[in-house]
Amino acid sequence: MNTLKKLLTGFVWACATLGYTVASADSVKIGFVTTLTTPAGVIGQDMVDAVNLAIEDIGGKMGDLDVELMVEDDGFKPEIGKQKTDKLVKQDDVDFVAGFIWSHVLLASQKSALDAGKFLISSNAGPSQLAGELCHENFFSTSWQNDQTPMAMGEVLNQQGVKSLYIMAPNYAAGKNMVAGVERTFQGKVLGKDMTKWGADAQLDFSAELAKAKASGAEGIFVFYPGKAGGAFIKQYQQAGLQGQIPLYSVFTVDSIALPKLQEANMEGVLGSRMTQFWVPDLDNPQNKKFVSGFKKKYGRYPSFYAAQSYDTIFLIKRAVEAVNGNLDDKDGMRAAMMKADFPSVRGKFTYGNNHMPIQNFYLREVVKDEDGVWTTKTVSTVYENHQDTYAQDCKM
Amino acid sequence: MDWNLLLTQFLNGLQLGLLLFLLASGLTLIFGIMDFINLAHGSFYMVGAYFCATLTLLTGSFVLALLMSVAGVFVVGLVIEASIVRRLYQHDHLDQVLVTFGLILCFDTLVHLIWGPEGMAIPLPRLLDGQITVGSLVFPTYRVIIIVSGLLVAIGLYVLVMKTRLGMLIRAGASNRVMVSALGVNINRLFMIVFALGAALAGLSGLLIAPITEASIGMGNEIIILAFVVVIVGGIGSIKGAFFSAVLIGLIDTMGRSYLDDFLKLFMSIQNAETAAPALSAMLIYILMAVILAVRPQGLFPPAGAR
Amino acid sequence: MKDYLPSTLSGIAYTGVIILLAVMPVITSALGQGFYLDIFSRIMILSIAALSLNLLIGYGGMISLGHAAFLGIGAYCVGIPVYYEIYNGWIHLGLAIVASGIFALVTGAISLRTKGVYFIMITLAFAQMVYFTFVSLEEYGGDDGLVIVLRSEFGNWLDLESAVVLYYVIFFVLLLTLFFINKLVKARFGRVIVGSKYNERRMQSLGFDTYRYRLVCYVISGILCGIAGVFLGNFTSFISPEMMGWTRSGELIFMVVFGGTGTLFGPIMGAGIFILLEEWLSAITIYWQLIFGAILIAVVLFGRGGIHGLLTRSKRR
Repeated sequence: MNTLKKLLTGFVWACATLGYTVASADSVKIGFVTTLTTPAGVIGQDMVDAVNLAIEDIGGKMGDLDVELMVEDDGFKPEIGKQKTDKLVKQDDVDFVAGFIWSHVLLASQKSALDAGKFLISSNAGPSQLAGELCHENFFSTSWQNDQTPMAMGEVLNQQGVKSLYIMAPNYAAGKNMVAGVERTFQGKVLGKDMTKWGADAQLDFSAELAKAKASGAEGIFVFYPGKAGGAFIKQYQQAGLQGQIPLYSVFTVDSIALPKLQEANMEGVLGSRMTQFWVPDLDNPQNKKFVSGFKKKYGRYPSFYAAQSYDTIFLIKRAVEAVNGNLDDKDGMRAAMMKADFPSVRGKFTYGNNHMPIQNFYLREVVKDEDGVWTTKTVSTVYENHQDTYAQDCKM
Repeated sequence: MDWNLLLTQFLNGLQLGLLLFLLASGLTLIFGIMDFINLAHGSFYMVGAYFCATLTLLTGSFVLALLMSVAGVFVVGLVIEASIVRRLYQHDHLDQVLVTFGLILCFDTLVHLIWGPEGMAIPLPRLLDGQITVGSLVFPTYRVIIIVSGLLVAIGLYVLVMKTRLGMLIRAGASNRVMVSALGVNINRLFMIVFALGAALAGLSGLLIAPITEASIGMGNEIIILAFVVVIVGGIGSIKGAFFSAVLIGLIDTMGRSYLDDFLKLFMSIQNAETAAPALSAMLIYILMAVILAVRPQGLFPPAGAR
Repeated sequence: MKDYLPSTLSGIAYTGVIILLAVMPVITSALGQGFYLDIFSRIMILSIAALSLNLLIGYGGMISLGHAAFLGIGAYCVGIPVYYEIYNGWIHLGLAIVASGIFALVTGAISLRTKGVYFIMITLAFAQMVYFTFVSLEEYGGDDGLVIVLRSEFGNWLDLESAVVLYYVIFFVLLLTLFFINKLVKARFGRVIVGSKYNERRMQSLGFDTYRYRLVCYVISGILCGIAGVFLGNFTSFISPEMMGWTRSGELIFMVVFGGTGTLFGPIMGAGIFILLEEWLSAITIYWQLIFGAILIAVVLFGRGGIHGLLTRSKRR
């Protein structure tokens, strides 16, 4: 009995010391939660590619510390996202939890990371709750609040004299935010609106909705269909013959993930279509040039905005780690450094608001062919300068 | 009332229904004849789409790729039947549900391994990519193609089932399985052919929808539940039942998506109506199935003499 | 003697599992693996759900492909009151019991008129209706679900915000469930349920109203699963309709079959292995579902009777 007890104590002690040495190793641990399975895995892959490129570009080091990256797949499910976040926080004891494509996954996971005192950095999702009442001192975003981009689009529609609009978006957190955004700034009449089924089994056949849009006689159609739904929508828009009849205005729909497939399928209707965004591959700043050319060189394709935000995430963390000289227990120091938003960002100069969402420019962009004949987007004009989201006022911080 | 819109939505519903029919016809035969619940039927739908996407890019011809893909999925069906499914005819439904659920996971992951996560587009020939205009009605050409091919397959199946020896065996099998085997028919071969035929029809269904959406992982998993609803509503084992209930469900779904929000706006806020409508129109289908199961469990058109 | 040996083997294994679960918080904190405490909390919650489903599938021969609906109803019975700032856990529990009980009574009364594959499909239909109902409830988050800001409050002495306390509460409920099911299946009620699975006519001719017995069984099973839902909501601090999709129902069936249908402990083993496999395999490769699917197929084709079957194999032969 005594021997058994000794053995057990020894075992537990060995494990405990082992755990201790791992935790005190000279590295910054970054947990990255994204979607790698299901069709949405293509977005997650783009993000992970960008993160790997960023880590390569900084030589795998932040100050004197090595970067240790742990990627977890949320399977597009809030519950799994939460479990993976728990694992990163409790088992791997990461310093930063980053990633998150989907608003609902982020909402389910935020408590696990924030309650444990970790920094949570959204590389894409920007639900209104986290910008408003649920805002937190350790939450930062390298993307945008959901409403901002469609608000810029509403502005563009006003400028172009569009009087009536038909709206289509998927029925989930971001979709509702997008619709709320465009309705806030668009001054014309909304003639119809369809919120379609979303999730792992999203509706991808929009025949009924497109027929309604056409019958409504609207002067424009506004859509938000991220990921593979975007490509499907554009194809059906063209097949239904709406191109030339109802001009298409989109946000987060025609991106570098959808464009190659649209080009493959000869969907030329998408050329010339316009969208708003905080970032464009041809933005003129050194960091962006380095990022876009590096990404194209390494992966042979244009990066998407998801990739751009993920690339920024690593540089934001690097700035924080370097500001405290690698003393990762100095949370206040790291928070203050991130608040300054003075890291080199692919979007150029921006600042953080009280809710730690970026205050940044929004551009109008257009689908064009580049010099090699590859379809991409280029900047047309700046719609908003230093724009802050409207939920910031609900944030008591 | 916008009659043009109504007609367009009717055609959209018909198109969806016929796609469902292609998927459900094989399912109902496999269900009726082998008493086998195949959750993985949707995987053939997906495999068909991926085959067709790859072959269209290789051969440059959509039509050629279509024919080769259907044959390809037929072969995949044969292999799956001979290697796994055959062992399960003697098991209970529970085991069948589990194994075919496992098959779904395997198929989805294999597709991810082979083709990557990003899905594939199928470029259509210019001829099919436009619209057909009749009077003031404008309808996508390709959706007309789907409707026509769905109807052709339905006729083809009708002839096969009603006029051929294989069809006679299928009919006999659907109404009385024991009888057929007692007649000294090579039951193994019959089962194999029926299973592969069903797989090929599912593949055809998947590759027909892919140029509209795209070939993507898990595309069969949601529609398979809808296909089961079609089978149950129509009556297990009945091709005729599958046809009518598929068209009915296609129409309910499309009409629900088109008109339910306007209807709900009459008695709830616009915001709530917009979000409740798609969920309610999806629910309508399950309500239909529950009512039919409760009132007439054998379905609308049960095969003659069954049960 | 030979006859008893294998079942003793399984008996030892099951006692071991219970003891292991009882001391799990000590082990995980000693090893600095707090995360595994969460994993085992989740395993126990899903065990309760699987135990309740086993009552239907294993003992009653009623294959329900809609059991996740009860899990969701239970979880929303926490989420919706919390949304209105009602944190009393007894209210949550009471609501969950009433709501899942009524839902089970109404849908069971209709579903149990059907048999076999029709029963599978009608339970699926009802579950899908619940799923779409919650998707359409804009007020409670619709598709996105609800964040549960605070966990249920059962008085000052029981703080569910602590992972260890939550763990032991779930453990206690699991023990209660085991005890209850054990009593139930050994009572006359259980014998009628099992009897009508094998020979319904005989039971009827003995004067039992099998429909009524089955309905009661269905309601009990639904309520138990609703209670599991209360703890699932508390555990994840978040609920969404996605948690009651038909694939979740399929997973519950898998847990029951994997563990061994119609055995008392089987569902716990099934739930444990399901979640640990999912966790470990997904850490190795993003293609883990291929291995998972293959195991699923192999278990059914070659390992009849699940884990319990393996432990008692020699007895069967």
